[in-house]
Amino acid sequence: MTNATLGAPPTDEAMRTEEQPAVRSALSRQRLTSAWLFLTPMLAVLAFVAGWPLLQTIWFSFTDASLADLDAARFVGLRNYFEYVDYGDGTGEWFGLFFDAQWWNAVWNTVYYTLVSVSIETVFGLIVALVLNVPFRGRGFVRAAVLIPWAIPTIVSAKMWAWMMNDQFGILNDMLMSIGILSHPIAWTASPETAMWAVIIVDVWKTTPFMALLILAGLQMVPSDVYEAAKIDGVHPVKVFFKVTLPLIRPAILVAVIFRALDALRVFDLIYVLTPNNTETKTMSVFAQENLFQFDQFAYGSAASTLLFLVIAAITLVYIKAARLNLGGGR
Amino acid sequence: MRFGRAAMAVAATLAFGTSPVSAAELSIVSGSVGADIQELRTQLAEFEAETGHHVNIVEMPASTSDQFGQYRLWLAAGTDDIDIYRVDVIWAPQLANQFVDLRDAMADVIGDHFPSVIESQTVEGRLVAFPMYTDAPALFYRKDLLEKYGRTPPTTWEELTETAKEIQDKERRAGNRQIYGFVFQGAPYEGLTCNGLEWVASSGGGQIVSPDGEITINNEAAARALERAHAWVRDIAPAGVLAYKEEEARGVWQTGNAVFMRNWPYAYALSNGEDSPVNGKFEVTTLPAEPGSRSAPCLGGWNLAVSKYSKHKDEAIALVRFLSSRRAQKERALTYARLPTIPALYDDPEIAERQPIIAEWADVVEKAVPRPSAPTKRQYNEVSKEFWTAVNETLSGAASAETNLKTLEHRLRRLKRDGWR
Repeated sequence: MTNATLGAPPTDEAMRTEEQPAVRSALSRQRLTSAWLFLTPMLAVLAFVAGWPLLQTIWFSFTDASLADLDAARFVGLRNYFEYVDYGDGTGEWFGLFFDAQWWNAVWNTVYYTLVSVSIETVFGLIVALVLNVPFRGRGFVRAAVLIPWAIPTIVSAKMWAWMMNDQFGILNDMLMSIGILSHPIAWTASPETAMWAVIIVDVWKTTPFMALLILAGLQMVPSDVYEAAKIDGVHPVKVFFKVTLPLIRPAILVAVIFRALDALRVFDLIYVLTPNNTETKTMSVFAQENLFQFDQFAYGSAASTLLFLVIAAITLVYIKAARLNLGGGR
Repeated sequence: MRFGRAAMAVAATLAFGTSPVSAAELSIVSGSVGADIQELRTQLAEFEAETGHHVNIVEMPASTSDQFGQYRLWLAAGTDDIDIYRVDVIWAPQLANQFVDLRDAMADVIGDHFPSVIESQTVEGRLVAFPMYTDAPALFYRKDLLEKYGRTPPTTWEELTETAKEIQDKERRAGNRQIYGFVFQGAPYEGLTCNGLEWVASSGGGQIVSPDGEITINNEAAARALERAHAWVRDIAPAGVLAYKEEEARGVWQTGNAVFMRNWPYAYALSNGEDSPVNGKFEVTTLPAEPGSRSAPCLGGWNLAVSKYSKHKDEAIALVRFLSSRRAQKERALTYARLPTIPALYDDPEIAERQPIIAEWADVVEKAVPRPSAPTKRQYNEVSKEFWTAVNETLSGAASAETNLKTLEHRLRRLKRDGWR
C-alpha cells in the first residue's frame, strides 16, 4: 500500500470497495429519474416537430397521396420505389424512384456538390482560421468582418450573385473582360459547363467563414507551451503545423466538416434562386420539392424525401465510423 | 387610416345608395412581371374607394412555375389568408376543386368574353376562374435597324435567322459590340414550354400531346425546329438565354441590345415608355412559321379565382367582377397593353390609337395555340416540365434534338401509362 501512503490517487479496486452498493444504486436511480424528468419535454418536442413529420413522410411514400386531397391517400406498397408495368402488348417497363434517371442524376449532383464545396471550404476555412489565430492589430475587427458572407441570408446572397454573374449586366464578366481574361461574356449560371461551378463558388464564398470559425475555436484550445517547446527544439514551422497543430485540431475539423456536409446534402435555396434549375444543378431537395408541390406527385416526392433522408443518414454514419468521431463527448 | 377607410365607405354609401354591411379585408395574390403589381394596385385603389373594402396584395415571384408551387401548398392547407388568386390559363384543371364555381355569379357577363377563354377555365361544368386579360406573344423587331439594312420583317424562321445574323454582325463591326440578333425565354420553366411549342407547332410538329391525348412530340419536324433553335444560341442569341425568363429578355431588348425579341404584349407598353431607349424604334409582327405551316403563338392569359376557403366569398366575387369588367380591361389595355378578353374592346378607337398592337392582335388571339393542359389534366405540369427540360437540353447542346425527343416520348409514355389522370 505504498501508493496510498504517498498520497497518490486511490486505485480502481480501492474505489470499488469504498462505495456501498446500496447507496450507489439509490443515488443513481434518483439521478436517472431526474435526468429523464429533464429530458422528457425535449424528447416530446423532438418527437412532435421532427419524428412525426418524418414518419408521416415515410408513410406517404407508400401511398398514392395527392396534395389536392391528402386524406384520400391509399396504401400502394413499394410502387413509388419500384414497379414493373406491363403494357399488355408484350412490352413493359420498370418504374419508380430506383429506375428514375433524373433522381439518380440529382443524387449524383448533390454528392458531387457536397464533396467539392466542403473540401474547398475546409482548406480555405483552415487558412483563414490560421491567419485569424495570429495576434495582429485590428484582429477583432477582421474576425467580425469575415463573418459577413455567413450572416447574409442565402436567398439574398444567391440573388446578389445571380446579378453579379449575369451574362449581360453582371459585374463579374465586366471585370474579367476589362482585364483581358475573357473575350466574350460567360453565362455563368446558365451554361451547362459552368452552372455547377457557379453554385460552388457562391457556396464557398458564403460558408468558408463558418468553417473558419469552428476551426478557429479548435485552434484556440491548443496549449501554447507545445509551440514554445517546438520553438526551443528548433522544429521547422511547416513540420510543427503537420505534426502538432493538425493532429490537435483534427476533432474540430472533423466536426466542422460533418456540420457543413449535412447542410450541403440538403441544399435547396441557393440552387433554386441562383441557377435556372436545369439538369446540371438539380439536387435531391429540388427534385423532392418539385414532385411534392409542383407536380401532382406528392407520394413520389415523399418517396424522394425518404430516400434523401436515408442517403444523408447513411453518409453520416459512414463518415462517423470512418473518421472515428466521438460525438458522445469524453476523451 | 381607419378613419379614411370609414369615410370612404360613407362616401360610397352616399354615392351609390348601397350600404356595405361592413368593410372587408381581402387578400389577392399575384405574380409580378413588368408592371403587374403597379397595374393591380391602381385598379384596387378604385375598387377600395367604391366599396370601402380593403385589399392587400400578396406579391409573388415572376416565374409562373414558382407561383404554382406556393399556391398549391396554400390551397392544400386550406388557408383562408388568400381570398383571390390570379391564376395562369393552364392551371384550371389542376386547381379546380379548390376554387368557387363562378358560373352563376357571373352568368350575366359570361357572354361578353371570348368563348374559348371561358371554356379554358371550365372544368367539368364548373367555371373555376374568370378572365382578367388574355395573352398571345409577338415578335418585336427594331424598325430602325431593319430599315438601315434594307430588310423586311421576317415571316419564316429561316428569314428571321438570316436577318438577325446579318444585322448583328454588321452592327458589331460598326462598333455596337453588345448587340444580339434574337432574344427569347430559354430558362427551364413554363415560359420555355410556350417558346418550344411555338417553334414546333409552327413547323408542322404538332402540339406535344394532341387534343385527344396522343403523345405526338417525337417527330422529324419537331426535331428540326429544336435544332434550329439550338443553332440560335451563341450564333444570334446570347449564351445566357438559357437562363432568361420574360424580364431578362426584355432587359436586353429594352437597353437596345437586340434586333428581335419574342415576348408578350406587356413588353410593348413598357418598351414604349418615355424612359425606354427603344421608344419609337420598334414594331411588332406575328411570330414566324415554316413555309406551309402557320404562325403558332402560344395562348396565355391570367384569370381570377376565388378560394373555396375564403371567409369573404361575396366580396371576393365582387372584386373579380370589378377586375374583369369592361372598364377595368379597357384601362389595362390603354395603360399596359393588356389584351382584353372582351372582343368588343378590340374595335375601341381609343385603344387602337394608344396601343395599336391590340387592334392588330384580335385575330392572333383567336388563332393562338393552347398548351396541352386540357388533355393531360392534372399531369400537365409534369408534361410541361419534361418538355421544357428536353428543349433546354437541346438548346444547351447537352444532346441532339433527336435523342432528347426520344427520351421525352419515353418519359411522357411513362407518365401517361394507361391514360392521363
